[in-house]
Amino acid sequence: MAERSFKAEVEHLRLGEGQTFTGEGILAITKALLENGVGYVGGYQGAPISHLMDVLADAEELLGELGIRFEANANEAAAAAMLAASVHYPIRGAVTFKGSVGVNVASDALANLASSGVTGGALVIVGEDYGEGSSIMQERSHAFAMKSQFWLLDPRPNLPCITKAVRDGFELSEATNTPVMLMVRIRSCHVTGSFQTRDNQRPTLSVKDALSNPQSDFARVVLPPMSYMHEQDKIRNRWPAAETFIRERGLNEVFGPRSAPVGLVLQGGMYNGVIRALQRLGLADLHGNTEVPLYVLNVTYPLVSDEFLEFCAGKDQILVIEEGQPEFIEQQLTTFLYRSGSTVKLRGKGILPMAGEYTGQVMLDGLTAFFKDAAPGMLPAIVRAPNEDRPQIPDLTATVPIRPPGFCTGCPERPIFAAMKLVQQETGKLQISADIGCHLFAALPPFEIGGATMGYGLGPAANAAFDGGGERRPVSIIGDGGFWHNGLSSSFTNMAFNKSDGVAVIVDNYYSAATGGQDIMSSRADNPTKATKHPITKALRGIGIDWVRQVDNTYDVGRMRDVLREALTTDAPGPKVIVASSECMLNKQRREKPLAQKAIREGRRVEAPRFGVDEDVCTGDHACIRLSGCPSLSVKKLDDPLRDDPVASIDQSCVGCGNCGEVADAAVLCPSFYRADVVHNPSPLEARIARVRARVIGWLQTRRAARRLTFDGAS
Amino acid sequence: MLPDRLAGLLPDKAADPRLSGIIKLAILAVGGQGGGVLTAWIEDVARSAGYAAQATSVAGVSQRTGATVYYVEMAPHHAGDPMPVFSLMPAPGDVDIMIAAEMMEAGRSIIRGFVTPDRTTLIASTHRALAVSEKMVPGDGIASSGEVMAAADIAARRFIAADFDALAIANGSVISASLFGALAGSGALPFPREAFEAAIRAGGKGIDGSLRAFGAAFDVAANPADQGVAPRPAPRQVPRVLGPARLLADWDRLVARVAAMPVPVAELALPGLRKVVDFQDLRYGAAYLDHLAKVMARDDAALGWRLSREAAKYIANAMAYDDIIRVADLKTRGRRFDRIRKEMRVKDANLLHLTEFFHPRAEETVGLFPAKLGAKLEADPKWMARLDRWFNKGRRLRTDSLRAFLTLHLIGGLRGWRLRTLRHAQEEAHLALWLDRALSHVAGNYDLAVEVIRCRRLIKGYSDTHKRGFSKFDRVLEATAAVSGRDDAADWCRRLREAALKDEDGKALDGAIATIRSFA
Repeated sequence: MAERSFKAEVEHLRLGEGQTFTGEGILAITKALLENGVGYVGGYQGAPISHLMDVLADAEELLGELGIRFEANANEAAAAAMLAASVHYPIRGAVTFKGSVGVNVASDALANLASSGVTGGALVIVGEDYGEGSSIMQERSHAFAMKSQFWLLDPRPNLPCITKAVRDGFELSEATNTPVMLMVRIRSCHVTGSFQTRDNQRPTLSVKDALSNPQSDFARVVLPPMSYMHEQDKIRNRWPAAETFIRERGLNEVFGPRSAPVGLVLQGGMYNGVIRALQRLGLADLHGNTEVPLYVLNVTYPLVSDEFLEFCAGKDQILVIEEGQPEFIEQQLTTFLYRSGSTVKLRGKGILPMAGEYTGQVMLDGLTAFFKDAAPGMLPAIVRAPNEDRPQIPDLTATVPIRPPGFCTGCPERPIFAAMKLVQQETGKLQISADIGCHLFAALPPFEIGGATMGYGLGPAANAAFDGGGERRPVSIIGDGGFWHNGLSSSFTNMAFNKSDGVAVIVDNYYSAATGGQDIMSSRADNPTKATKHPITKALRGIGIDWVRQVDNTYDVGRMRDVLREALTTDAPGPKVIVASSECMLNKQRREKPLAQKAIREGRRVEAPRFGVDEDVCTGDHACIRLSGCPSLSVKKLDDPLRDDPVASIDQSCVGCGNCGEVADAAVLCPSFYRADVVHNPSPLEARIARVRARVIGWLQTRRAARRLTFDGAS
Repeated sequence: MLPDRLAGLLPDKAADPRLSGIIKLAILAVGGQGGGVLTAWIEDVARSAGYAAQATSVAGVSQRTGATVYYVEMAPHHAGDPMPVFSLMPAPGDVDIMIAAEMMEAGRSIIRGFVTPDRTTLIASTHRALAVSEKMVPGDGIASSGEVMAAADIAARRFIAADFDALAIANGSVISASLFGALAGSGALPFPREAFEAAIRAGGKGIDGSLRAFGAAFDVAANPADQGVAPRPAPRQVPRVLGPARLLADWDRLVARVAAMPVPVAELALPGLRKVVDFQDLRYGAAYLDHLAKVMARDDAALGWRLSREAAKYIANAMAYDDIIRVADLKTRGRRFDRIRKEMRVKDANLLHLTEFFHPRAEETVGLFPAKLGAKLEADPKWMARLDRWFNKGRRLRTDSLRAFLTLHLIGGLRGWRLRTLRHAQEEAHLALWLDRALSHVAGNYDLAVEVIRCRRLIKGYSDTHKRGFSKFDRVLEATAAVSGRDDAADWCRRLREAALKDEDGKALDGAIATIRSFA
């Protein structure tokens, strides 16, 4: 079950000819795939295209009606490999994953696909995870298009343009026998807007029909000598065909006056940012009508020399606006100018920064600097010589704390790292490597556990140099998502084969949680279209790892600590693997909360746990927080002149996971925590016993209170 | 790069006059606050009013309690016209309405330049969702909301601030609804109230609660006169004293002693007296006042009674130490049960189960023994190991059940025994040592004496935490002793104490001590 349900929105995918779709970019892309007769779709989740996978999963019924096959692939490599169906068959296929890490994983399959060439349109939709909000290293997918020779679309970020790019992409792919990558940036994935829909199309050839009539052609296989021919084919035929298609179909766009001393060349994805900067400089209007010529590259690879040189003709200077580094496009365009003997001056990186996101401010500063230098007459006077005084706003950078993402309230991973912190208090600091996923938040305070992440499924592999062991064993962490993505083969067979002495902890939260709670092999949920409930421990034993400990309740901090200690000290040879399993709290709450509320309404007995802190028992040391970090466990200042430091406090968002009590116990902290279970609809007997108890307890309390001074309003 | 003074210099004359029709609205929220819902409502209002609107967000991992930005642009639009070109992200100096769903996020929006005096209406919730870095400090690491409020007053054209979180909770809803109400009430968007409410109704979930929270926040934002910019501190409740007449008469005598003290001392001596009497009994309260009297005898009105004032606070804290008896007493009081029922919103038809988490070690157990016997056992590792075996384990006690309640009730009733225990002897000795040490500086360096008194703040917590506190206390006083001859000794003592409160392991304290060693 994914974090967000698109069941309601999926109905929009049925809109027909001439209707208007209004919604999010991701959904619009899905609709465009259906309108363009796609025969199969697949992919692997990850921001920012997780929702695209979720939409597809929620739309499986509709896909089935249209005869479209949907695969939730095991990883990006598997997704890219699936496009092989378009090599011999005239079937349109699309897969999606995030860039650049997904493209890294998929690069082997993508390279082979590009070498073989395709018959049916093959579209790779990449959610480029770059800039603010990104969760990965900052790189570009662009380089992959260059090295493997497939074409890269970077459309203007509005729904009509993005959906048109889907159609263009398929047609370009078929016209050039080349896979096409459609790049959408983080914000374009979630941008809202409208576009005119068309009827959905059934694929002209379905994958089922293709299976009845298998095709093969050894000329398409990447083996010598065909692979040498593929390379020649790319350069002699496919590339020129692509240039022709791009020109004839006008995939790139030119805006603004035909003649002007300066011009801007930009990636399609930069268009809105550029227009906004021009608007602020008084050089464009509300609808984007601009006084400066723009050459918008909706196709960023390949670049078309003739088209570009035509745009440059008669201009003194052009500015290339290309986000990310290195400046592939700028270099290529510079070469075009040089080879043609042009005297047009090309500006780019230098005026604009080489690295980092092109935010509104960066764009405004860059364009202002360019115009000041290249065409000062175009700028309004106030920009040329600003004279406005702005009030001094106090600097708050030292005051406002950073707020990186972290574990959710009640997260079952928190107690694992609390236990690990306790073990490290005994053993000293351990060599710990981490993987990709929610567990990576443990690297941040208050846990500060894990010093490296080398990629999805590679946590234990990243400790391979330490496999031989030493005074203390190395520890690696990996999530269940990473385990099934790539970890089983790359990390665990690696450990088993090399007789690793290391410890690996598999954080099993029943989902691919960080990407939005999609089901995976070991998920406990019933999934009508996927095979779930395959225990990780079984897979481990299958590859010959014998020291495996299954912990079914990660909130038992004491047990977690003991198992970790055992793994670090046992004499058993070979890898020591702990599978720590408890359900992702976000998903659990989403599932159970409505059920509990329904049960309460229907008069069934329900216990609702929540934790609390006795503030007069808490001394304000915050040791509990250093072993938890739960968002619902906070601190508050008391209205007590005798107290200096704020005391711990639990707010009503507490889900009663139990970590606070367990940590207080295992770490021998303090007795200020209590758990309150509110019993709804108790049985009559239970209620009667409780009444008797309450009467006795109340009598004792009143008796004692009567014999002493009590300060009403104080503690 | 250009200097950022170029930012926000919108050449109004030259720009398309229709551009001023674009309303740019950013929302800075903490994951889980419903920023997505709020964004969708705003879009709906705009579209239903015939505007073209575009929203963007950065969903994904950053929602997991991280700070995240939502952004909406809208402009009047007639059917058939080309669509306006909107930006996908807010730019510094170019935001009309900034909604910050938390006080430090308001600060972050100011840092990022999204709030400017020429145009921005800032709507901020004054409540705090503390960042981990603020919570994990052993002392007080909470960032100053006051600084953000002051900056917002300067940075924003209009500043609407209230605790919209509390407002939402009070109305059975979440902050997205109250912020939506504040946005409507601010009048910053050219749409009528009904249009906003229609958007909530169209959303379909938790409509009644959302509308109540919306309405409450609407009123707050629409009537800025009623709203204090700084949150008003609730008046401190003066506790009533209840009890048998004989005890009340004795209490009044003690209160009279406090009343005779200079005001700065009495202000803290009265709560201090309450604390120690509540901890033990009236005679103990008298002992507290005796300790304080000794300090006052060495103090000086000309110096503002600073030493006695601090002593009034910290002697009370030292005398009301945290032992098992106190914890058991506090946990079994009737008022605690009432408070928890209220906090947990237990209705009459519900039952409440209460589980306490205890983990007494041999040290706590032996602390309950008579001082001499306890000291002997404590010195004997064999006995300590035995006691550890018997007592050292996590105990979960159900205080709503008779057995566990009685156990704790009995322990809580051991106050008569307390003064004979090992723990009490240890605490008393430590108190005497600490006071002597502080008073020894009075003549030579009054400020240092005050700072030494304040070092009592370092001792807190239970078991290991308590031990760590003690060791920090000792190390601070030891390092202070090394510089006690210097004029700036008081300042060093303060710095050492503050360093000790910075982190758990005492790294900052190590650094400070190393600095002292380098010259002392």
